[in-house]
Amino acid sequence: MKEIYTSFQEAVKDIEDYSTIMVGGFGLVGIPENLILALVESNAKHLTVISNNCGVDDWGLGLLLQNKQIDKMIGSYVGENKEFERQVINGELEVDLVPQGTLAERIRAGGAGIPAFYTPAGVGTPIAEGKEVRMFDGKEYLLQTGLTADFSLVRAAKGDRLGNLMYNKTARNFNPMMAAAGATTIAEVEELVEPGEMDPEHVHTPGIYVQSLIEGKQEKRIERLTLQTQEK
Amino acid sequence: MAVHLDKATIREKIARRAEQEIENGFYVNLGIGMPTMVANYIQPDKQMVLQSENGLVGIGRSPYEEEVDPDLINAGKETVTASIGSSYCSSAESFAMIRGEHLDLAILGGMEVSETGDLANWMIPGKMIKGMGGAMDIVHGAKKIVIIMDHVNKHGEPKILKQCHLPLTGKGVVNRIITDRAVIDVEKDGLVLVEIAEGWTVEEIKESTEAELTISSKLLETSF
Repeated sequence: MKEIYTSFQEAVKDIEDYSTIMVGGFGLVGIPENLILALVESNAKHLTVISNNCGVDDWGLGLLLQNKQIDKMIGSYVGENKEFERQVINGELEVDLVPQGTLAERIRAGGAGIPAFYTPAGVGTPIAEGKEVRMFDGKEYLLQTGLTADFSLVRAAKGDRLGNLMYNKTARNFNPMMAAAGATTIAEVEELVEPGEMDPEHVHTPGIYVQSLIEGKQEKRIERLTLQTQEK
Repeated sequence: MAVHLDKATIREKIARRAEQEIENGFYVNLGIGMPTMVANYIQPDKQMVLQSENGLVGIGRSPYEEEVDPDLINAGKETVTASIGSSYCSSAESFAMIRGEHLDLAILGGMEVSETGDLANWMIPGKMIKGMGGAMDIVHGAKKIVIIMDHVNKHGEPKILKQCHLPLTGKGVVNRIITDRAVIDVEKDGLVLVEIAEGWTVEEIKESTEAELTISSKLLETSF
């Protein structure tokens, strides 16, 4: 039914130059680490990347930046990355900053067949420039469009061979909406199981949204290790 | 008489006063930076739930080393634990509960606030833009928006202005401002001074605030 890959290079082979890709994750949590590494190796260029953040200098989407594979980035917060700043200042990289909730909803809408919606976020701010404003019940709202992608790269804790996915804790974040908004969704799972091994009640992303899967081991780098200082 | 406290003491003082905004049973979102510190001062008898916009309803304490899960962070990307009775959700659902006004309170940082409740806290022209993250959504979501910040900037200039100079995060969104010197409410007719911190006078607050201040008839002096 679904394509099951054993090579990450193979999994991303159809991603060509000028593709639009969505990449799951919040910070470095829930990012499809190995698919990103394979995409760096594939050297696909002129990509438009939709992701909440853009990794850090030496990990996650930051690796695609280092390799100058991204033409345009659509995200909500890109402040963890020096190379990002350099490329923007030099005009090598176009950025479209979108409020985080608007970004999440634009992706959700894209996957749900909704072309546009009104939201209060950004009214009266620089991001409202050029956008339709409409009043509902005396309050102003901005028109925002849905987002879709040629490919969505997502990461899940568990997946079965029919594409059903389950995420772990806050590694869920943007992954479920992106799975639905990609024409082709490739899921990197920590554990690949047989159909029937996952409780249908515990499936977060139904397999209908997923075209291919691959099992992989992640490093799961921590950006800000914060520990309890009080003794038990 | 103006008081001079070191930075850490001022931050703690503001965070402790902000904690008083949290009522029993509240669902609360705390912004990154000083607002996150408010969690350190929550009274043990208060039942409340901290929402993290990356998809956690019920942030717990920081983890001990053996509890660290790289998949469990707050919106500031710090490792956390989940509290008893917490739940996880996607970013879309997280912001749906924010936008849908299900949160009782959000406490956020600020660079400038205007007399009509405009907030600027995400970019300084000429400096590299990092992005607004979730701030633009949150200011339109929670039932009450409280901004905590220093009363003046590092040059001693007012941050509470007639109009914001910096690009806005939200227009007419702030309900209350808590600084190291005062608590000020944003009302329909303008700003109302409701509390003064220990060591400050009404005159000193007025001098360090560009916007006009009405003095509340119930003004509390030396309140925090």
